[in-house]
Amino acid sequence: MAAARPITGGLFVVDEEGPRLVAARCAACGKPHFPAGPVCPYCGADGTVETRVGPAARLWLYTAVLSRPPGYRGEVPYGFGVVELAGGLRVIARLTEARMERLAPGLAMRLVIEPLFTDDDGTPVLSYAFRPEEA
Amino acid sequence: MRPVYVAGVGLHPFGRFAERSLTALGADAVRAALADAGVGRGGFQAAFCGTVYGGVAAGHKVLTALGLSGVAIVNVEAGCASGGAALALGAAQVASGRHECVLVLGLEKMPRGIIRSSFFEPWREEAGLAATPAYFALRAQRLMRESEVRAEDLARVSATNHRHGVANPDAMYRKALSVDEILASPVVCEPLRLLMLCAPNEGAAAVVLSARPAAVRVAAAALRSHHAGSVLGEHTPLSGLADDGVPTPTEMAAADAYAEAGVGPADLDVVELQDTDAARQILSAEELGLCAKRGGGRWVRDGGGEMGSDLPVNPSGGLLSKGEPLGASALGQIVELTRQLRGAAGPRQVPGARVALAHTVGRGARSCVIVPTR
Repeated sequence: MAAARPITGGLFVVDEEGPRLVAARCAACGKPHFPAGPVCPYCGADGTVETRVGPAARLWLYTAVLSRPPGYRGEVPYGFGVVELAGGLRVIARLTEARMERLAPGLAMRLVIEPLFTDDDGTPVLSYAFRPEEA
Repeated sequence: MRPVYVAGVGLHPFGRFAERSLTALGADAVRAALADAGVGRGGFQAAFCGTVYGGVAAGHKVLTALGLSGVAIVNVEAGCASGGAALALGAAQVASGRHECVLVLGLEKMPRGIIRSSFFEPWREEAGLAATPAYFALRAQRLMRESEVRAEDLARVSATNHRHGVANPDAMYRKALSVDEILASPVVCEPLRLLMLCAPNEGAAAVVLSARPAAVRVAAAALRSHHAGSVLGEHTPLSGLADDGVPTPTEMAAADAYAEAGVGPADLDVVELQDTDAARQILSAEELGLCAKRGGGRWVRDGGGEMGSDLPVNPSGGLLSKGEPLGASALGQIVELTRQLRGAAGPRQVPGARVALAHTVGRGARSCVIVPTR
C-alpha cells in the first residue's frame, strides 16, 4: 500500500504537541486566519507569520450532514461545525461525531488527522476533523 | 446623476421545464419586458445578464435568438445577487447619461440536488466542506441560540411564504403548508427541515431601465461584499456568520441603499428579501432593520412580514414557494415589486404601496439592496 498523503498540502502537521492546523497571524494587526496565506484578509497587510493551532478546541456551532454533498469522498452521515481555537480563530471543520445529542456548545474538542478515503491507486488520503474530547 | 425608471418588466415562471432551453426561458422574459416597456429592436443600448450556471455568453444567446444583438452585452455573476448586480450596473449606465435605455435580464437552469459550486476548492469538496445546507444550518443554529428564535418560528416563516405563494401563478409551489406539516418534514441538516429550505430551480426575469419617466423609479441599487470577520477567520466567505462588531454585506448594502434613496426601514411599504431558508428570512429582516437586532423571533411571533401586517414581506411567496433560479431571483423580486407599485399585483396587492425594497445575498457573501419607489 502506498504511503498516505494529505488531502492538500499546507493545512496540517503533526509536531511534538500533536496534530496541528497551520494557520497564520498578521504581523501588522495580529489577527489569525486559516489556511495560512501571505496576505492578511483582515487588514490587507503583506507579511504573515505561520502559527500552529490545536489540537485543543471548543465547539461553537454544529450540525450533521446526512446525505453526500457534491465531491465528498468520506462516509455519511458526518458532523459539521465551527470550532474555536487558541487566539480566537474559528474554522469550519468536519466532526467525527454526527449524533447531535453527543454535541453541545462549548464542548471540548480535539483535532485529529486521519484517513478520510482511499485514492484509486490505494493511497490513503488524510484530512482533519475534530472529535469530542471525551470520546 | 439623473433618475432611472422601470419602463417594463417580464418574467418566465420559476419551476422545472425539462423541455425548454435556458435561452428559451430568457427569451420569454425579455420579450415580455420589452413589450411591457414598448421598446423594440434598437430601443436599448446595452444589456446586462445575471446568471451563475448559464455558461459562456448566456445573455448573448438570448438576444441573438431574438434578433436583438449588436449592443453591448455583459454577463454578470454575483451568486444569489447576480440579477441585482446586473440591475445595479444597468442603472448606473442610465443614471450617468451613458445610455438612454438598458435591458437587464437574469436566467438560470439549476442542477438538481445540493448545488455544486466552483466556489469551493476541490479539496474542500473532497473533505465534505462543500455542504451548502449545513452552512445554512449553522447560521440558523446561531440565530436560534442568540435571539430566542424557535423551530416553530422557522416553520411559521415557511408557512407564511407558502401561503403568500398560493396567489402567485408564477411560483413553483402553490400549496399552503401548516406549521405542523413543516415541522414534520424530514431533517436536512439540524435544525433545518426540508420544508424550511428553498429548492434550486429554473426561471428567468427581465427589466427595462430607462431615463424616460415612468411610474416606478429605481431610487437606489447598492452592492456590497463581506469584510473578513463578517464570516470566519478563514477564506470561506459565507454570509450570516459574523464576528461581533463587523457589519455584514446586507447591513452595508442596506445602509448604502437607504442613504441613496433617502428613506429608512420605517418608510417601506413592501419588501422582497432573501429567504433561501426560513432562518435566512429572519436574519435578513434583522439586517435590513425591519425588526430589532435579535428581535426576529418575536417579530415572527407577532405576525411580522405577513400579508395584512404593517410591512408585508415576500408577497410573491419568496424563494421558499417560488424556488431559486440564482441569476433570475433578484429580478423576479423587481418584477413583483414593480407590479406592487403599479397597483397591478392582483390578489396579493399591498394596498397603496409606494416604497419597496428588494434584497438578495449569497455565496461569496455579496449582497444587493434595491429600492424601487412610486
